[in-house]
Amino acid sequence: MSTINETRPADALRSGDRQADERASATKPLGGIAGWMDDRLGGAKGVSFLAKKVFPDHWSFMLGEIAMYSMIVCLLTGAFLTFWFVPSASQVVYDGSYVPLQGVTMSDAYRSTLGISFDIRGGLLIRQIHHWAALIFVVSVFVHMARVFFTGAFRKPREINWVFGTILSLLACIEGFAGYSLPDDLLSGTGIRAMNGFIQSAPVIGSYLSYFIFGGAFPGEAIIPRLYSAHVLLIPAILVGLFTAHILLVFLHKHTQFPGPGRTNKNVVGYPLLPVYIAKAGGFFFIVFGVIALISAVVTINPIWAYGPYDPSPITAGSQPDWYMGFADGALRLLPGFLEFETFGFTWSMNIFPGSLVLLPLMWTIIGVYPFVEAWVTGDKREHHLLDRPRNAPTRTAIGIAGISMYVVLFLAAGNDLMAIKLHLSINDITQTLRVLFFVAPPIAFWITKRICLSLQRADRQKVLHGRETGTIWRHADGRFEEIHAPLTPDERWVLVQHEAHEPLELTAGKDANGVDSPIAGKERLRAKFSNFYFRDRVAPATPSELEAAHHEHDDHAAVPDGGHEAIEPAGASQERETIKADKQHG
Amino acid sequence: MNENDTTDHGTSTSLVPASDAGTERLPASLIRGVDQFENPGLPPHVHRAADDDPAAAKRAERQVATMFGLSMLATLVFLVSYFAIPDEATFFFPGIGIAKTQNVVLGLSLGFAIFLIGIGAVHWAKTLMSDEEIVEERHEQASTPEQRAKAVAVVNEGVASTQLNRRPLLKYSLGGALGLFALPLGLQVAGSLGPTNIEELKHTIWDPKDNGGKPIRLMRDPEMTPIRFDEVTFGSVFHVMPETLQKYIDEGKHVLEAKAKAAVILIRLDPDLIKVQKAKDWGVDGAVAYSKICTHVGCAVGLYEQQTHHLLCPCHQSTFDLTEDCAVIFGPAKRPLPQLKITVDDAGYLVAPSGFAEPVGPSFWERAR
Ligand code: HEM
Ligand code: FES
Repeated sequence: MSTINETRPADALRSGDRQADERASATKPLGGIAGWMDDRLGGAKGVSFLAKKVFPDHWSFMLGEIAMYSMIVCLLTGAFLTFWFVPSASQVVYDGSYVPLQGVTMSDAYRSTLGISFDIRGGLLIRQIHHWAALIFVVSVFVHMARVFFTGAFRKPREINWVFGTILSLLACIEGFAGYSLPDDLLSGTGIRAMNGFIQSAPVIGSYLSYFIFGGAFPGEAIIPRLYSAHVLLIPAILVGLFTAHILLVFLHKHTQFPGPGRTNKNVVGYPLLPVYIAKAGGFFFIVFGVIALISAVVTINPIWAYGPYDPSPITAGSQPDWYMGFADGALRLLPGFLEFETFGFTWSMNIFPGSLVLLPLMWTIIGVYPFVEAWVTGDKREHHLLDRPRNAPTRTAIGIAGISMYVVLFLAAGNDLMAIKLHLSINDITQTLRVLFFVAPPIAFWITKRICLSLQRADRQKVLHGRETGTIWRHADGRFEEIHAPLTPDERWVLVQHEAHEPLELTAGKDANGVDSPIAGKERLRAKFSNFYFRDRVAPATPSELEAAHHEHDDHAAVPDGGHEAIEPAGASQERETIKADKQHG
Repeated sequence: MNENDTTDHGTSTSLVPASDAGTERLPASLIRGVDQFENPGLPPHVHRAADDDPAAAKRAERQVATMFGLSMLATLVFLVSYFAIPDEATFFFPGIGIAKTQNVVLGLSLGFAIFLIGIGAVHWAKTLMSDEEIVEERHEQASTPEQRAKAVAVVNEGVASTQLNRRPLLKYSLGGALGLFALPLGLQVAGSLGPTNIEELKHTIWDPKDNGGKPIRLMRDPEMTPIRFDEVTFGSVFHVMPETLQKYIDEGKHVLEAKAKAAVILIRLDPDLIKVQKAKDWGVDGAVAYSKICTHVGCAVGLYEQQTHHLLCPCHQSTFDLTEDCAVIFGPAKRPLPQLKITVDDAGYLVAPSGFAEPVGPSFWERAR
């Protein structure tokens, strides 16, 4: 650029200076605020590492993000609400701008919630966003959990994060319930009333617990402020802390990925954090927030002014909790009254206690320990970073669906009155049916799901061995019709054949050295039983030699025996593979 | 060796996979690379329109900028509407009904202002930013044996320096102090949360002692006017509170606590329909009063079905049969609703002479004691 400059020494000198400047700044390119910060924090070291961190892309990985973003929206709008909400049960007379309730005695909590809805400009919008975000938060947490479960993302090394997640989901529900109870309207007050009934049902300590929590007789004036400090301080603090740990672990472990060409258990394939992931994930935050705001603009949720203030005597027809507490409400509706009994004058409320105080901890414990149970059964101690396609883990998928079916029965039970009205059925019949279904639906769901998974696996084999159906029908010279099957590309095929098909573990050394059954042996026998339960039915992925054989069949134009020989292989029956292996060993 | 086969092969000692005699400790079906397909490797990167065609890239840029621009416009709408729309304005929203104008306009403008930023950013990422996938290696999560050994050594050294192992006195006294120090904190919370009062739990303000031993009048809820027996026609339903509640209302204290157990429903039906003699005796010519607090978890039972004489709880559908002394005929409640004995006083008003004979509301441990 400087042929002219070279003829002018002074300029050349100056340009030489400039070059020297540039060289200096090339060794110290961080200037300004960033430089000032790095001088003090040394953050630049991490930036290059972080910026190139890889995130695999899949729509289902956005479920956790939806949970994260709606939680942030909750925190944000919740902080706004605290500016106007008064967490007090002391009684005041309403004189705000909502005419139908003027002159009515109510708690300060209810009055201030009416104030946010009618007298604070934009307040109703913030309330609606807060409530919608909370609902979407809990939904997305559960769907995210389902995604993690059905893809086996909880396997080693991610078990701890699964446990964190389990606690997070429980806290999300409790946080929601606490928030729902704060406005002290007729519905939420009825919810608290029921909660008091739950607490009282605890054997031995029930009455004490109730008095502790309510600070005296129900409802008292303590419960609203106490729920408030739980809702705005205690639970959010734990929630945010655990959530941070949750995300740090995702960073530490690097995200799992779905199987695909080039994706292995030892790499992560995806987009770098900077800029693609930041732009997509950051953009997605705005999308989630925006959609919540749009819903809140047009769909009214929890119109507390329509319910009136809480009072123990009026009747709340069709009272229903927020959806995520529905299953517990349903459990209470299904438990028959005769389960309550008395011994020595003490009352055992077994019609309430199991559905209220036992159900939640029990369910969450089962969810929390699942990864450890599965790891024990499979005896698999390897790290897993490639996700399972749900069909390739038929028993796990079936267990998941069975659990969901149980949940759905309880959830439907919470609407038994609505169903009775809408469907013109007797509520007794509905309840009886659901009681039966609670026990019958899970095994049926289990069986059906497992069959579906196995057939999908078999279909995958078919596709690998005989190609993809093209929809083109070929008529042979002799009049036969045949559909043309196009062979899969290696990339397409890989997804269908990459998985492992576990075989059941078999007991070899059931006795200890002296030929005596040891306690360990008993445990191992149990484990073998479980392993058998998990892996008895298995469909092995197609192998190259099978593909070879299939090609021969096609070439010979033999009648294609579709389906026949790829039936479920029982344990140890993968004869072909054994022979091939033996050959290799000999050769 | 295939990449699915990671280094840690640990399985149990006494269990082996069915089809493998034991050279490998992994189930045979999990050993890859014998007769199995090879991972074909990353597919080649395919360029997008905007990667090669400057016109397409320009178009994408304009689209993204348009979204950001529209977002600004929406923000502007929000700012203007915040001041321009009066609080009480409403309009008819098709498909939704009467809606508060301010809420809808503020919400839609805020929603679009935020949403469009997101859409713009994602579109930008998808069209203009590099879509070439990159590969990062994973490493075994566990530390190396050397690192572990070093960690153990460091910790041991630290522990040794505390002399905990050599000085059990320190160990146990420290353990004791740490274990005990949590007690004051726990005690403070548990001890100060609420005074328990089982007697209060069993008590209602229908107790004549609360009225100087005199029978207590039944009052309409919420009007708090006494009920003359001759106003109670057949088939009528009254929601009732005790006369003693007035004191609480006047003082403005503990009204809800009192109401929470005192709520009563009064119904008059044909006395011949009542099949239980005690129920008949405790009523007045078919007028009977029962606690309105569900014996399940305490909702107000108050849906009365005239034809069947059933009382239904809206919470979990426990159904109580008035003709059977309010026994449970359906639902999760176990016990009948407690009956309140009523008579007519000299002035012709309904009164409760003796309060409830048992605790009302949901069960609790000491209820029957
Ligand atoms: C407060 C609620 C939660 C938030 C905000 C949250 C957020 C996230 C996010 C953003 C990710 C990464 C993206 C993804 O894979 O979706 C993630 C991953 C994960 N989450 Fe959650 N999550 C929550 C609850 C749960 C629950 C209830 C579980 C299961 C019990 C769970 C288990 C996991 C696991 C195991 C991973 C790693 C997944 C992988 O690497 O494939 N999380 N979470
Ligand atoms: S509270 Fe009445 S049925 Fe549950």
